[in-house]
Amino acid sequence: MAAQSDIRYLTPIDIETSKTKYCRFKKMRIKYIDYKDPDFLFRFVNEQGKILPRRVTGTSVKYQRKVAQAIKRARHLALMPYVGDLLK
Amino acid sequence: MNRYETVFILTPVLSDEQAKEAVQEYKKFLKKNGAKIQYEKFWGLRKLAYQIKKKSTGFYHLFEYNAPGELIKKLETDFKRDERVLRFLTVKLEKHAIEYVESRKDRKEKVA
Repeated sequence: MAAQSDIRYLTPIDIETSKTKYCRFKKMRIKYIDYKDPDFLFRFVNEQGKILPRRVTGTSVKYQRKVAQAIKRARHLALMPYVGDLLK
Repeated sequence: MNRYETVFILTPVLSDEQAKEAVQEYKKFLKKNGAKIQYEKFWGLRKLAYQIKKKSTGFYHLFEYNAPGELIKKLETDFKRDERVLRFLTVKLEKHAIEYVESRKDRKEKVA
């Protein structure tokens, strides 16, 4: 049990944390999210086809709602799967 | 008059010509009911992300038009009755959507 704590640091080492999150829609000034573009929407789902949470993608609330809406529309038109396996 | 966009999927059982015929029928129907078509696109046979009525492919077609709201109800009942149609989706375009759609069209023309 004690083996892992052989090395001790006085100051916590700098682990590179990812840069601050930002909303890509605000940054890129995208106002409309097209449901007919599944390739783009695939960035917002995980391997199972589930919509990723805001805390992962950094999208603002306003655009998260639109992303969700677009994904759901794409699913209805069979452009994206409702359930998938190893999409990425 | 509102701006709408409709995408529908036809069965792959149809031949290419039959699919186009079906599209023409809907185009006529739209025009007859006072819709002004702004843009349309036949995406051709595409693979579906999941099976619909045991079919794994379908012909996609997109209409974009200005039309009175009452038309949508009629169009959708027609789609429901039509066995050739697997899926359909009609969306009203708001101002940002219209902007986006217009910008895309310009781009296509520039490329072509």
